[in-house]
Amino acid sequence: MVEHGDIRVVHRGGSKINFREPVITHDSRYLLCASGECVKVFSTSTEECIHDLRGHTGLVTGVLLKPSNHLQVYSCSADGTVRLWDYTDGILIKVQLDSCIVFAPVFAVSVIAVIILVWKAGHNLFQLVAVDLPQSGDQLVEARELSAVLSDVSSNPAAIVFGRGGEYIASANGLHLEVYFFKKQKSYRFSLKEDNKKGGKNTVTCVACHPKDDCIATGHEDGKIRLWRNFNHKKEYTYSTLHWHHSAVSSLCFTPEGTNLLSGGMESVLVQWRYNQESERDFLPRLGSAITHITVSPDGALFCTSHSDNKITIIQSCVKVSAVIQGLVKGESVRTDMMVDPRSKSLVLNGKPGHLQFYSLPRDKLLYNLDIVQQEYIHESGLEQFEVVKAAFDASGSWLATVEERKQKDAELELNLKLWAFDEQTQSFVLNTTISAPHEARITAMCFCHATDSQTTMLVSTSKDGHFKAWQLVSDRALYRKAEFGPSWSCDFVGAYHGLVPECCCFSADGSLLAVSFQEVVTVWSPASWELLTTLSQPPKAVRDLCFGRLSCSKYLLGTTANNLLCCWNLLTCSLEWSTSMDISLLLADPLTENMAAFCCQAGSTDLFVFKPSEPRPVFSQKAVCSGKVTRAVFAPREEMLESCEESSQWLNHSQLYFLTPDLPVFPDIVIFLPPPFKLVIDDSVAMTPFYLLLGKHRQQEDADPLSGLSAERRPLPQCSVAIKELLQTPAHVLPSTSFLCSMFVQSLLISETKHVEEEMESEKEEEDSEGEMESSTQRPEQASLGGQAAPALTKAQLRELKRVKKLDHSWFPGLLHS
Amino acid sequence: MGEFKVHRVRFFDYMPTAIRAMAFNSRTERLALARADGALEIFNFADNYFQEKVIPGQDGRAVEALCWVGQRLFSAGLNGEITEYDLENLRPRYTVEAYGGPIWTISSNSQGTLLAVGCEDGTVKMFEILEERIQFQRNLDRQKGRIISLSWHPSGTLIAAGMMDMIRIFDAETGRATHRLLVERGVGASKSKEVVVWSIVFLSDHTIVSGDSAGKVQIWDGVTGTLVRTQLVTKWDVLALSVSNDESSLVAGTSEGTVVQFQFISSTVGQQDKEWVRTRTFKNHSHDVRALAHTETAVVSGGMDTQLVVRPLLDKVEKNTQESALRKMTLPHRSLVCCAKKAGLLLFQFPDHLELWRLGESDGHGKPGDSLPVKRKPEKLIQLKRKGEDHICCSALSPCGGWLAYSTVTSFRLYRLQNNNISITKVSKLPKDLRSAHQLCFSPDSSKLFASSSHSSVIVVALNQPECKYLHTLKPKSGESEQPVHLLFASEDGKWLATANTDCEIHVYNLDKLKLHCTVPVYSSCPTAIAIHPTTSNLVAVHADQQIFEFSLVQKEYTEWSRKLQKQGLHSLWLERDTPITHVAFNPQNPAHIILHDTFMFCIIDQSLPLPEAKTPFYNQMTLRSLPEPQRIIHSHAFKICKNFQHLMCVSLLEDHSLVVVERPLLNIMSQLPAPVRQKKFAT
Repeated sequence: MVEHGDIRVVHRGGSKINFREPVITHDSRYLLCASGECVKVFSTSTEECIHDLRGHTGLVTGVLLKPSNHLQVYSCSADGTVRLWDYTDGILIKVQLDSCIVFAPVFAVSVIAVIILVWKAGHNLFQLVAVDLPQSGDQLVEARELSAVLSDVSSNPAAIVFGRGGEYIASANGLHLEVYFFKKQKSYRFSLKEDNKKGGKNTVTCVACHPKDDCIATGHEDGKIRLWRNFNHKKEYTYSTLHWHHSAVSSLCFTPEGTNLLSGGMESVLVQWRYNQESERDFLPRLGSAITHITVSPDGALFCTSHSDNKITIIQSCVKVSAVIQGLVKGESVRTDMMVDPRSKSLVLNGKPGHLQFYSLPRDKLLYNLDIVQQEYIHESGLEQFEVVKAAFDASGSWLATVEERKQKDAELELNLKLWAFDEQTQSFVLNTTISAPHEARITAMCFCHATDSQTTMLVSTSKDGHFKAWQLVSDRALYRKAEFGPSWSCDFVGAYHGLVPECCCFSADGSLLAVSFQEVVTVWSPASWELLTTLSQPPKAVRDLCFGRLSCSKYLLGTTANNLLCCWNLLTCSLEWSTSMDISLLLADPLTENMAAFCCQAGSTDLFVFKPSEPRPVFSQKAVCSGKVTRAVFAPREEMLESCEESSQWLNHSQLYFLTPDLPVFPDIVIFLPPPFKLVIDDSVAMTPFYLLLGKHRQQEDADPLSGLSAERRPLPQCSVAIKELLQTPAHVLPSTSFLCSMFVQSLLISETKHVEEEMESEKEEEDSEGEMESSTQRPEQASLGGQAAPALTKAQLRELKRVKKLDHSWFPGLLHS
Repeated sequence: MGEFKVHRVRFFDYMPTAIRAMAFNSRTERLALARADGALEIFNFADNYFQEKVIPGQDGRAVEALCWVGQRLFSAGLNGEITEYDLENLRPRYTVEAYGGPIWTISSNSQGTLLAVGCEDGTVKMFEILEERIQFQRNLDRQKGRIISLSWHPSGTLIAAGMMDMIRIFDAETGRATHRLLVERGVGASKSKEVVVWSIVFLSDHTIVSGDSAGKVQIWDGVTGTLVRTQLVTKWDVLALSVSNDESSLVAGTSEGTVVQFQFISSTVGQQDKEWVRTRTFKNHSHDVRALAHTETAVVSGGMDTQLVVRPLLDKVEKNTQESALRKMTLPHRSLVCCAKKAGLLLFQFPDHLELWRLGESDGHGKPGDSLPVKRKPEKLIQLKRKGEDHICCSALSPCGGWLAYSTVTSFRLYRLQNNNISITKVSKLPKDLRSAHQLCFSPDSSKLFASSSHSSVIVVALNQPECKYLHTLKPKSGESEQPVHLLFASEDGKWLATANTDCEIHVYNLDKLKLHCTVPVYSSCPTAIAIHPTTSNLVAVHADQQIFEFSLVQKEYTEWSRKLQKQGLHSLWLERDTPITHVAFNPQNPAHIILHDTFMFCIIDQSLPLPEAKTPFYNQMTLRSLPEPQRIIHSHAFKICKNFQHLMCVSLLEDHSLVVVERPLLNIMSQLPAPVRQKKFAT
């Protein structure tokens, strides 16, 4: 049925929600924030994402409420468009195209113009330009008139701000503050000294303008806040200095009435200064992580802080944190592998310092953080603290092993191996065993024995100290006589091979074999007897990745080497079955099928190959999945198996492949922002549900419609789907009660019977252009009812009319019948 | 540059006293400053902030407040007296008892006709300013509690008085109190303590600004008597307030040593309604800021840490000029040290005593830069306590070490010293003309004493063994300046005597004929040091604006070198120095060398070398040392500056060609100050 069965790469989630400052709507009910290629609308009270505003094809670089209409919002994106949305129902109203813009966060909107920051690729500078919005009804408008307002501005949008009523614009770049008055068309420039003797760093990091008075607040790198006044004079300008922050002020914001100034930074403390009484200030400490943006709702009731750990906190009147919207936490680097928790099917990787995060992919929501290190994190730059570097789940998800390490300068490496048992009662992991210093050097790999039937659970860790150790759960009652001591983990075996450094380890699917690679030698051990069964080697380079085949291919062991070879050994013959030359950055096996995925890095972009070790041809291959080198990916088992007959997409029937896009700049010549971290390779993004079957088939039909012509019995489906669609797409919290909906839903499904009724009533317009043809649609009833019986007799024009009628919304009607 | 054996003297424990009060006369650009020991200093802000006059203090005279009325200077203190000063003879002219207990404040109306003083007993007393004196006029309504601060409304009809816990506004004509503004006490523990309104300012738009002991600066509406705004500036006291002449800027000094600026600016651009907004904070003091003055371009502050700080407001001056530099003045601009060249004795002058020291000796030899072992330690020979209440204003030691003289405002004393068995005898019979002197100087052969007296005259006294005899009074031509002579120099050959007064005149007298020889053309800046060359008889004068002149006494004209110097101009780094040259000497070994010093450096000018160009590096002693001999000659210029010794009080050349350097490191002064108020410092 599916004609274009191409496998697509879809952004699945985990995008930054702290990239730009969010916007709170006028009624304080919604919070809009740019997130990857879409704008997310969150409810400020329930923390839930209500819907996405999708449509941009590039990174969304700014969101702004339209001042003249409080229900509309502008968004702009790196794809060079400015879009106007109706955010309550997510309808795109207008697109502004602008071909020369590369980078464009929105700043302020007067009635007719949007002022945006653009990157002029030709001039290599950032510029502020005003875009006139033509008042035409077209959806797509090309904006040609770009008038430059300020050139040579900072790339940081927090350093540009509009003053009282949009009369002037303040822009800071480095040590300079420039104020441009629109009416007089005059700009004033003030400079600060680079740094003073007392060690102050005067670089401006953010700017805010008082909404009523002419006062500009600038935040500086050394934590000072300066309040500039009288800046319409070249010389008689003056400023006062406030100092509380000990490191750079990252965000400043005045409350709408101008009575308070909010500031935040690395300290994770929201500071509220009284305007004109700056010695009095309030603090809201312990916000979790460094504040990156602060916004205030237009009525001043809600404050909203974005944090560096991809979190938005909503604060009620500077005293109470009322809601926390948490995205995928992305620290400085992802050091653990991406894993799927077998129980919750959530994605697990390290996030907050010292924590593992459990992230639900279907909901794009952080489930919870598991504190691994269990030490207070100190917010100070340059301080080495414990980090989670390795984590592994066993097959059933009842054990979790983590490794944390801390390497301080001139100090020994501190290592801890922790084993966590899943507690059914609390539904979370409980620390079972802590092994301090399990190895003498850094742990290179760690894996659980995946055999589901085996009695004992086993963990193998390999380390740079030349050993691999097997850890086993000991439930020796003799050792632990008291009942409160449960079983705990202890070392079972220490293995080494000629003093070489083990790099990776892997258990076979049935747990009967353990492969450990020692540089260029792969050793195969029997975990039951700890006997070295065989060695395989592929000189001259070290083995980087090891993987056993699954199911029918379980006789194969695959490995990649540093000299770009993919080798496949047959364990029955203990010989090399085949090898091929490719630069594989990541090799992983699907736990449910024989398939293996290999990410190859070539010429700055990554190609994906999916293959079975037993077959010479890859099952699937796609060039240039993304740019950069993919280093983290995971096969996530599907909850329900998909039945796709397409050969190339069959490998996705059992599991989905997720990968983390590498941190590379989107634009090759400038580093501005990072791409959203998650993509999903999947044949269709819609899940296989009864609704999907209903809607999906309809969609296919629609696609097929123009080609295949009409058939009478299929007519009703698209019609009813309008009501269904409405039902499904309206946010749950704005829907009326279920009892009310139920009858409506059922009514809408009974189409053929009610069809004659709909023809009597006046059709309500929902699109502007339908108005003109209203008369013709009211003339149509007899024909339409006729057409129901004698479809082939209809002309093409009549068909079009018929379609239009069916598209109209009649869902209100059943409600009318009831009343 | 030449090499010297240096006596590095660090035993002069000079301690300046705290600054108590200040008054700035914007018409004459003079700042009057009162110290805690009652001494008064006048700084000329138009002439490089030169400390022009010093009126020595007196025991029991604690000046609490100063006030200029035209050219006249009044002070009031806790002894309950109002004093007017004679700025020409550097002494109090008269004192008037106010009969109201200790006086806390004094203020004159803008017309200069009335003087109001606030007394301990709660009265504001009005004095009429007459031509020659002041006369009590009346009391305003007596209040409970002392009057701490006073400020006249510029129209002269209203007076605001800061008291304990409140501010009163009086009608100056009827003497009735019209408003009572209650000042809130501090919070917490200080709630039970009365709040003291330390300072008050009445602006022409009837706004009253007060600073109090609870750390608040409050802005009141003087018409309705309501509080407009409160700014909590410090945890401690706000001690002083000062407003600029155009009333657009106001500064407040606090106990924490900070000076907080408030500006009267419109909150929105282009609109007329203005308000007082706290803007900048200056922290240049470690202790209480007791006195403040807001000049046209700068904030002048002084306090417990004895420094006078001139902080230019960068929005009023050109940036990166000499005017925009911060100045701190701690050491006096005149010499308190006298060195007997032949005897190797040092005389240190303190306000209430004199100390006579014998320099140490060393017979060691070493490389340049070495410190030599001391064979005989320096030794304090005599500590001479002054008699009477008045503080010592000047002192001198004869080059042979046989005579010692000092003077106070009211008395003059001369002593005969026997060095070998250390005895001191007072010379009882003194000429009756010699009652007081502004400056003293012995002739190089110790046979004559010169004492500058009133009206720029100099009394010459011959010193003989049993008694001393009045010889002559040298006077400039009549009708010239009345200003006091602050510099005296007798030439080595005993032929010339040069005097300089604060009217910038330099007179040279011929001592053989006891007649005025010539007058050096008057330069606009005040001379800070003068000296006559022993062989060429050229007079070298250095002025407060750092200019150097050489005047030939024989030809009565500027010398060739001086003309060349003026033509080429001094190096900008020389002109940028902010302390005046206080001493000029000559090296007898090399007649082309002139030795000068200020607080931060001493300099030898080699007249035989070319003058530095504007672009040549000025402080190049270190680089010269590293260069090979031939290049050194090319790069060397006339100014050789040594900064090895810091905070110099005196540099003098002894007869044995060793150099005496008297240092007083500012750090030592700072460490002797009392502890400042406690402040929380971040990360401590």
